[in-house]
Amino acid sequence: MVSTSSTDGGAAPSTLTPVLTDNWDAERSWTLAAYEAGGGYAALRKALSTLQPDEIITMVKDSGLRGRGGAGFPTGMKWSFIPQDNPNPKYLVVNADESEPGTCKDIPLMMASPHTLVEGVILSSYAIRANHAFIYVRGEVLHVVRRLRAAVREAYDAGHLGKDIHGSGYDLDLVIHAGAGAYICGEETALLDSLEGRRGQPRLRPPFPAVAGLYASPTVINNVESISSVPSIVANGADWFASMGTEKSKGYVIYSLSGHVKRPGQYEAPLGITLRELLDLGGGMRDGHELKFWTPGGSSTPLLTPEHLDMPLDYESVGAAGSMLGTRALQIFDETTCVVRAVLRWLEFYKHESCGKCTPCREGTWWLVQNLAKLEKGEFRRDEGEQILDLLLDQCDNILGRAFCALGDGATSPVTSSVQYFRDEYLAHLDGGGCPFDPAASTAWAVREGVKQ
Amino acid sequence: MSEPVATVTLTIDGVEVTVPRDTLVIRAAEQIGIQIPRFCDHPLLAPAGACRQCLVEVALPGPDGSLRQMQGPPGRMKPQASCTLVASQGMVVNTQLTSAAADKAQHGVMELLLINHPLDCPVCDKGGECPLQNQAMSNGQGESRFHETGGIKRTFPKPINISEQILLDRERCIVCQRCTRFAAEIPGDTFISLLERGAQQQIGIAPAADGEHGPGDLSVNGEPFASYFSGNTIQICPVGALTSAEYRFRSRPFDLVSTPGVAEHDACGSAIRIDHRRGKVMRRLSGNDPEVNEEWITDKDRFAFHYARTPDRLKHPLVRDAATGELRAASWPEAFAVAARGLAAAKAAGGVGVLTGGRLIAEDAYAYSKFARTVLDTNDIDFRARPHSAEEAEFLASEVVLTMPVTYADLEKAATVVLVGLEPEDEAGAIFLRLRKATRAGRTKVVAIAPFTSRGLAKLDATVLLTAPGEEAAALAALAERAGVTVDADTVVLAGERLATSTGALTAAADLARSTGARLAWVPRRAGDRGAVETGCLPNLLPGGRPVGDAAARVDVATAWGIDAVPGAPGRDGDAILAAAASGELGGLVVAGVGLEDLADPTVARAAIDAAGFVVALELCATDVTRAADVVFPVAPVTDKPGMFVTWEGRPRTFEAVFDVPGSLPDLRALAGIADELGRPLGFRTVTEARAEMMQVGPWDGARAAAGTAPPAKPRRLAANRFWLAHWKLMLDNGVMQVGDKALAATARAAVVRVSASTAAALHGASAVTLTGDRGEITLPVEVADVPDDTVWMPSNSHGSGVLAGLASPGSSVTVKGA
Ligand SMILES: Cc1cc2nc3c(=O)[nH]c(=O)nc-3n(C[C@H](O)[C@H](O)[C@H](O)COP(=O)(O)O)c2cc1C
Ligand code: SF4
Ligand code: SF4
Ligand code: FES
Repeated sequence: MVSTSSTDGGAAPSTLTPVLTDNWDAERSWTLAAYEAGGGYAALRKALSTLQPDEIITMVKDSGLRGRGGAGFPTGMKWSFIPQDNPNPKYLVVNADESEPGTCKDIPLMMASPHTLVEGVILSSYAIRANHAFIYVRGEVLHVVRRLRAAVREAYDAGHLGKDIHGSGYDLDLVIHAGAGAYICGEETALLDSLEGRRGQPRLRPPFPAVAGLYASPTVINNVESISSVPSIVANGADWFASMGTEKSKGYVIYSLSGHVKRPGQYEAPLGITLRELLDLGGGMRDGHELKFWTPGGSSTPLLTPEHLDMPLDYESVGAAGSMLGTRALQIFDETTCVVRAVLRWLEFYKHESCGKCTPCREGTWWLVQNLAKLEKGEFRRDEGEQILDLLLDQCDNILGRAFCALGDGATSPVTSSVQYFRDEYLAHLDGGGCPFDPAASTAWAVREGVKQ
Repeated sequence: MSEPVATVTLTIDGVEVTVPRDTLVIRAAEQIGIQIPRFCDHPLLAPAGACRQCLVEVALPGPDGSLRQMQGPPGRMKPQASCTLVASQGMVVNTQLTSAAADKAQHGVMELLLINHPLDCPVCDKGGECPLQNQAMSNGQGESRFHETGGIKRTFPKPINISEQILLDRERCIVCQRCTRFAAEIPGDTFISLLERGAQQQIGIAPAADGEHGPGDLSVNGEPFASYFSGNTIQICPVGALTSAEYRFRSRPFDLVSTPGVAEHDACGSAIRIDHRRGKVMRRLSGNDPEVNEEWITDKDRFAFHYARTPDRLKHPLVRDAATGELRAASWPEAFAVAARGLAAAKAAGGVGVLTGGRLIAEDAYAYSKFARTVLDTNDIDFRARPHSAEEAEFLASEVVLTMPVTYADLEKAATVVLVGLEPEDEAGAIFLRLRKATRAGRTKVVAIAPFTSRGLAKLDATVLLTAPGEEAAALAALAERAGVTVDADTVVLAGERLATSTGALTAAADLARSTGARLAWVPRRAGDRGAVETGCLPNLLPGGRPVGDAAARVDVATAWGIDAVPGAPGRDGDAILAAAASGELGGLVVAGVGLEDLADPTVARAAIDAAGFVVALELCATDVTRAADVVFPVAPVTDKPGMFVTWEGRPRTFEAVFDVPGSLPDLRALAGIADELGRPLGFRTVTEARAEMMQVGPWDGARAAAGTAPPAKPRRLAANRFWLAHWKLMLDNGVMQVGDKALAATARAAVVRVSASTAAALHGASAVTLTGDRGEITLPVEVADVPDDTVWMPSNSHGSGVLAGLASPGSSVTVKGA
């Protein structure tokens, strides 16, 4: 069995730890039969017959599992915030809105092995005493929605879902809900509003979802990968999970390698692996090219450069380097890429996706895009260049930490970090002819069509 | 003793301040005079934290007691929105005054707010009173870096109608969501909402159901912002994005003079602000009175004021020319003399009755009350220019006058509020909003005895006990025993004036209150009604709640007035006065502010006025009464005199004159002139003098009139194929005080007939019906509602000459036919 979805045998078994991705190459891996043939739903049977809900919470706490949706909040702790004396129903909501530029792990996971998530949902719901769970899927990925629905149907038929699951007396209904394609609906409170049928905009906190979330009832919201990790923890124990990774960043995660690498794809490895190791696994950069900049966890995490190649990819180390581990969406850019152009594209995304609720993000992204577009086209004078870059940084200073939610904060990351590392490249755009790069050189077809590189 | 309020102490800009727990930092700062700039924040709306203008630096004591700055990302001070942050013990807040970083954050937000703002202040209604303009000055910078870098603003087509009254300029909007939060939270009229996102985010209405044209412009294809309270959004909009068709481009705030006032359109006593310029009212705004209407008024209170400037406004006295038989202009002294002569003769020929209507200030009402007793020597006086009953007069004397059992604040505290004969959204807007506040807070449950679940009752989440008109007494009698309804000392019963037409209902309400300990308040419709009760414009009550039937009370008031005696015989009520005038029993009438269409029998009333030997009319505008009168006195509108209204609660609300218009005189001045001619001076000629005398006469401290017993229930039999007719006046209808306000009228709810589902089925899908009653027929569109099967409903005065004049007598039934 190969170790990742994309490698063709080059992976070093010692570095990769395929758990979630382990069955992706199985024959019709998305079916219940294939999943159960690989040992699927064993954890569920074990839990329902031998474990109390609190024991699962303790296991997840002890495992050190941290949220895989970006912020890295300890999952077991989040579950323990659910007030069990609250008379309202409890809900589990899985965040499958995956829309961050570069992030592409949840969708392949749900395509290849939807039952991993469904089993995780059942275990997690059992732990927090929820009888209703929801998976909120990004609306554009209709194929994923279909696959999840089919899996849920299979799970009901097999008695994994529904009333009195496997005679345990525990009931659970699971609903697959398709969003309408808005990045902001991945923000957990906007997601709740959207799930309730409202306009998706972030809510004021407090109250936190753990106390008043979906339908003003105690709610746990977790990422697809977080929830999908639960069956393996229940099956193999907290110690097994905690034996992987680093001291504070435990376990395995999916790293999504994209961009100018030979073999982009999903690489499942312990936290703390370095980009250099991952690039090796991915066959290295495109032939004849070298790494220029990269994002450790999607476009909202500040850019890093080759100097960070040997930095362990765990929450603490990436934080110390001034960025964030985020969703481990490693977008790799080589020297053919104009950083100004890349940042402008990202900012156009944020401008388009800003929900509009708060001034700094709504207006700030509108203005940042205008300045970046002019910079790209070289429409400022060279002698005002420094001043414009300072203005860019000051605009970001007026957004970061002032916006209502993290979308606005995230929008500043590419700008601030790129100016930090590539100030001269910005200014070079003002030397005359605008962008000094050939935009075609960075494309995937550049090699094929012999564009001068 | 009330519970001591738990407090927290925090430090803001170096000043310690102690505030009740759960106070927001922005409010705590206000306590010590520190104003943090803000846009989305509004003290009566739930916090949103949307604009981010109110950012401040905050530190909290950690577990070890040392202060820890709130940060994010770590290492970077994260300014907090003071409008959403709750003050906590030991918190240290530094606002723009003491934190350079907070000041910078605020400047940053202000700069961003302005980049897409059109800055068309010179042509904007809000310019001069605009929070954005003002705070851009106080907390922004003079130069625009956006402009310097050649920024391009987002534009929208200039204003679109979101209702016939309200226009929205999306370019000016800073999407603070005050308007949408108001609509959702306060009246519950969620007809406006945020649409689109990012810089395109805007306020809008829904496209019509069949509409392909979304973000709705009303003129294109939209569902209007249909709210009786929509004008409040204009007032709380922190920019000039919302304007009214009525006021738009009419004046600049700095040219206006503001005078506080009290709204004259209902019995709520809402505080208003009247903005005027060169003797003309330009607009009206809500005042701010936490005890009464908080900061909200109805659209009627806001927009209906042109009635005082209509062309048929009376400008000088008129007397009927003996030679031509026509009314002709007369001088005041001539009119006084003619009126005095005529009244003296009429008094000799059987007496004179006084009909005062319900719109008078209390001082004028007092003058009529005294005029009747001291000049006309009669108790034939009644303010109830609407269907009324002897039971009601007794009820007012025994249960209402001089009492203040329930206040607005009590509505919020009550566990249950029972509404009977009252649709608060239509008939008492401020009560409706208070009840909504109470029910939304989860403290109060509304139970309504009503013919159907009106939109207002639905928004109050009321338990509606569906009741045919006339069955209210039985419903009240059964209420305490009803499952799911608790009536006890924590209950308030609000009985609307419409109950006068429902035999036994007012008595049943009083009995219910007595037997359960519930508090009972009577809610009339008109601003002057309660003041008229207090001043004795009733056949059975003298001023200050003195019962006519109580000799000691009569002596008391006669002494106060320095006369030998006041008449002791109980007077005729309004209907009896008209009947007596028609039959010639009475020799004359004094009629003030009475619309004949409102009376129980408009035809009889008209005939009575025609038949009466001598009629003196006191009116603002020409009416059927003035046209038939022998002497007509023009009287001042509320803007031209000081005065007092008494709210439904019993709360006196005084106001000053807005304008000083020579020749625009209060009713009491005209009465004083006539009284002088007759040698029985009233003793006052101004509102101030009248008020002083009223205060001096004071309330009666003797025994109240005894509670009445319910009159025997009239046998109620509904013939086959007939329906009881329920009706009340919608807030916006054909009322005379809404004349001249076109945009307002266009926002009125449509006149429809409501029938039950089974009645509708029997109509075989007819979209309109013809109702036929004992006075005529009316054809209107029909809608299905949860009315009882034996009942139909329609608005009293939204169609033709109204129900009483054109369709059916009070309490009668109608037939329904598909049209
Ligand atoms: C703009 C924005 C978009 C987000 N999108 C996602 C997403 O698509 N999927 C996700 O799991 N978390 C997303 N998050 C993070 C969620 O708010 C939340 O932290 C996460 O779902 C918690 O799950 P976890 O604890 O398992 O990581 C987003 C956050 C922001 C601010
Ligand atoms: S930062 Fe503000 S405008 Fe941007 S997505 Fe969050 S709430 Fe919406
Ligand atoms: S119209 Fe006015 S009140 Fe409404 S969101 Fe815009 S600025 Fe705020
Ligand atoms: S006033 Fe505080 S965020 Fe708007």
